[in-house]
Amino acid sequence: MQWLAQLFSRRRRYDDLSVSIQEHLSERIEELMEEGMSPQESERTARREFGNVTLVEERSREVWQWTKLESIVADLRFAFRRLRKSPGFAVTVILTLAIGIGANTAVFTVLNRVLIKPLPYPEPDQLVSVWLEAPGAAGLANFTDGLHLSSSMYFTFSEQNRTFQSLGVWTADSANVTGLAKPEEVRAALVSDGVLEALEVPPLAGRWLSQADQQPHGAKTVMLSYGYWQRRFGGDRSAIGRTITIDSQPREIVGVMPRGFRLANQDFDLLAPLAFDRNHQKLAGFGFQGIARLKPGVSIAQADADVTRMIPIWMDSFTNGPGTNPHFYETWKITPALRPLKQQVIGNVGNVLWVVMATIGLVMLIACTNVANLLLVRADARQQELAIRAALGAGRGRIARELLIESVLLGMIGGLLGIGVAYAGLRLLTAIGPSDLPRLNEVFLDARSLGFTLILSLLSGFLFGAIPALKYSNMRAGADLSGGGRTASTGHQRQHSRNLMVVAQVAMALVLLISALLMIRTFQALRTVEPGFDDARHLQTLRITIPDSLVSDPQMVTHIENNIADKLSAIAGVTSVGFAAAMPMQGIDPNWDEIRIEGKSYEGADPPLRLFNSVSPGYFHTAGTRLVAGRDVTWGDIYDLRQVVIVSENFARESWGTPTAAVGKHLRQFSNMPWVEVIGVVEDVRHNGVDEKAPAIIYWPALINNPYTPKPTLDAARSATFAIRSDRAGTESFLTEVQQAVWSVNANLPLASVETMQDIYSQSLARTSFTLVMLAIAGTMALVLGVIGIYGVISYAVSQRTREIGIRLALGAQKGELKWMFVRSALVLTGIGVAIGVVAAAGLMQFMKSLLFGISPLDPLTYVAIPFVLVSSAVVASYLPARRAATVDPVEALRAE
Amino acid sequence: MAKDPERRDLFPGTLEILILQSLRLRPMHGYALVKHIKQASDSLLEVEEGSLYPALQRMLKAGWLESEAGTSAKGRPTRIFRPTAAGIRHLEREVSSFEKMFTGITRVLATAKA
Repeated sequence: MQWLAQLFSRRRRYDDLSVSIQEHLSERIEELMEEGMSPQESERTARREFGNVTLVEERSREVWQWTKLESIVADLRFAFRRLRKSPGFAVTVILTLAIGIGANTAVFTVLNRVLIKPLPYPEPDQLVSVWLEAPGAAGLANFTDGLHLSSSMYFTFSEQNRTFQSLGVWTADSANVTGLAKPEEVRAALVSDGVLEALEVPPLAGRWLSQADQQPHGAKTVMLSYGYWQRRFGGDRSAIGRTITIDSQPREIVGVMPRGFRLANQDFDLLAPLAFDRNHQKLAGFGFQGIARLKPGVSIAQADADVTRMIPIWMDSFTNGPGTNPHFYETWKITPALRPLKQQVIGNVGNVLWVVMATIGLVMLIACTNVANLLLVRADARQQELAIRAALGAGRGRIARELLIESVLLGMIGGLLGIGVAYAGLRLLTAIGPSDLPRLNEVFLDARSLGFTLILSLLSGFLFGAIPALKYSNMRAGADLSGGGRTASTGHQRQHSRNLMVVAQVAMALVLLISALLMIRTFQALRTVEPGFDDARHLQTLRITIPDSLVSDPQMVTHIENNIADKLSAIAGVTSVGFAAAMPMQGIDPNWDEIRIEGKSYEGADPPLRLFNSVSPGYFHTAGTRLVAGRDVTWGDIYDLRQVVIVSENFARESWGTPTAAVGKHLRQFSNMPWVEVIGVVEDVRHNGVDEKAPAIIYWPALINNPYTPKPTLDAARSATFAIRSDRAGTESFLTEVQQAVWSVNANLPLASVETMQDIYSQSLARTSFTLVMLAIAGTMALVLGVIGIYGVISYAVSQRTREIGIRLALGAQKGELKWMFVRSALVLTGIGVAIGVVAAAGLMQFMKSLLFGISPLDPLTYVAIPFVLVSSAVVASYLPARRAATVDPVEALRAE
Repeated sequence: MAKDPERRDLFPGTLEILILQSLRLRPMHGYALVKHIKQASDSLLEVEEGSLYPALQRMLKAGWLESEAGTSAKGRPTRIFRPTAAGIRHLEREVSSFEKMFTGITRVLATAKA
């Protein structure tokens, strides 16, 4: 605040000074008059003696000014004027910077939101996801990235642990809400006691689900997400205490979670208690994700050790039913692998974002290099002026400051525009960004982003300003006053730093282009993968869930589904319909279990785990999954509960050698279950996405005997995804007819996840295509900037060497030779840049490995093609100025000196 | 930039000494200072207004002087300057180094004569 006080006191001092001077003059005039001068004469004399009043006042005032600041302001004004005089230069530089800074700000903002603070929970460092691995369970690794918890584990771990403040399990589910408007399937998250306690986010209204809500026969309660509360209840607080019908059961709304609250990376509409019955829990059923909050000071390793200690307790406390061996799971070698919750939320999205950030940062560096280059050329043009000023005593710091002020001014203007670019960029990013980026929809320019922009603008201003400033500030006074700086020696020297910049630019552009091309090749490789379905554009999918509370008889469920399929088939333009428990790439958690093959001895070891799906007749035909051998299931198989199964081709080959050999063979789940006959083999399906290996899949008929119960009970695929093959897929009129067809069977069934297979497919490629787009943009920017850089340098070299060229031409040099001379120097620079770039790229690409698919990070084609493109661009960029050089008229060139 | 006139007529720093010494006798306003220095030096030294006012402002800023509103001998409003304690200390330091330098110069001149 001192400067403020000074500002006021300065004003006062100025007035005091005037008063003093005024009095001085008056006194002198009076004195002169006393000596006998006339009043006019006295005044004239007094003023003459005193000198220039204004000047004296001004110089007296100067004493009080902040010389530094005020002369910086003057410098700024000067810099502004100079920029206004060369609008072409200013616009080029400012636009380059605006784009560079804007792109960086946008990516930084996403990075900051998604990676740096992705967990909106108090003390997020204490939160862990409780993860298990089971290296002894063969096949498990093929389709999940670990072993989830069972409900019995939840009880053991929450009751016996020594390292957790609280621990709970949760699972994502869907629920049908009826009675509010039209029936709606919503995203539900089922949580056990301990989850909300661990996350420590208080409800916005009402209360948390409590332990009492977990009683299997206790209160039926539910919490709402902020979004669902707004959507269905308009944010009305009186919603609390009201009852809604979920899966045909009334439930009381007890609370609302605040806006933006998620369970790890799971969005939901409803939060319902899991309500396990502790007395009826088995060891098996590994379907739950665990979240825990560590006690203060407890490390993950300590918590791991704690869980290791509890696993034998778990095996002793529960069973899988009478006659089963409780220590069966010892062979699985279950080991805990707890990880920070943050890691689960981010997943490997982090890699993508860091690569994108590094890429955009490189582009920024290239842009700065170009701007530095332009500034150098400009400073060259001012060289004589600067030399004169140095000769007149302008200090080194003074000249450096002036050059720096200009570049920082450019940086700041660029940054200001960059904020606009960043805003637009963020809208684009959120629109095209992969849906698995956590909290991407909450990304906006905040104070931190703006701070980043400011720092980046200042830093880049200093960075590209420092090069000319360093170069010209230590110019010896009088060094270049003569000769106009066209002498060969100084020209060479100056060319040197620009050459370095070209090499750097080429190297950076090469790295970016290589990563962009590797990404393009990855994308191509992914597109050529046969996903196990075809013509995805004309494949409509939708999910229908028939809860137990609506229809309890499993056979009835299958009948309803059969009925729906028939109604859907009758719609105009529909060629075929089928359904399955899960369609590929939807991210629906698979069921799995061991599969034993008849006649095969496992010698004490356990057979590998296999992914399960259940299908209706016609599902494979509809989806376009080829039947490789045997036949499809029929409705007859299903209703007669025939012991039949279809397997995937990779499973058939692994077990019996060929698909045809598999038909007629037998397999089963448990040793006490009847054998089932393999009736068909279908092609492999990339169930988890095109970049994941196709898992071995066992396709059960949609209605089977439940293997988990000692007495055979029926089990239907209650949540079924319908596949409808039609040219009209995705159109509004078609969807209306589909909805009517479903509701003509049962009006209480909501339609969920209504999308075409193409949508699902694109989403599963979203991360790759997002990276691809970002890298392609960055790579193109880098190439263009790099080519401009080469062009600029060669073109400048030509203009500097006009005289030399004139002499050479006069002495009889061939024009072709001259052109080659310039092109050659560009080739040398590009060559060095390419060499450095190739080495750097090869190193950096190891970092990108996890993003690549079906392509080596050292893909030879890429490493040949990109240098070729760069070198060719360099030839073009240098040929144009070289041609200009060759047309120089020797006489003109010599006269110009 | 043209050189300050007092630099030609006075040794650097002398003006400040003269001002401080004069004001030490009694607080004065600008015009009185000019007259005082002229009289006290038997018209050998004449302080130019163009140097005096910037010097006064420098000394105010340096904290050697303070000023207050007052009236001149003729009853017109003006600023009266007086030295601060820091100003007196500065004066004493400067005078002693000035005297040393002067003694030195005198001695050199004396040997040159001899």
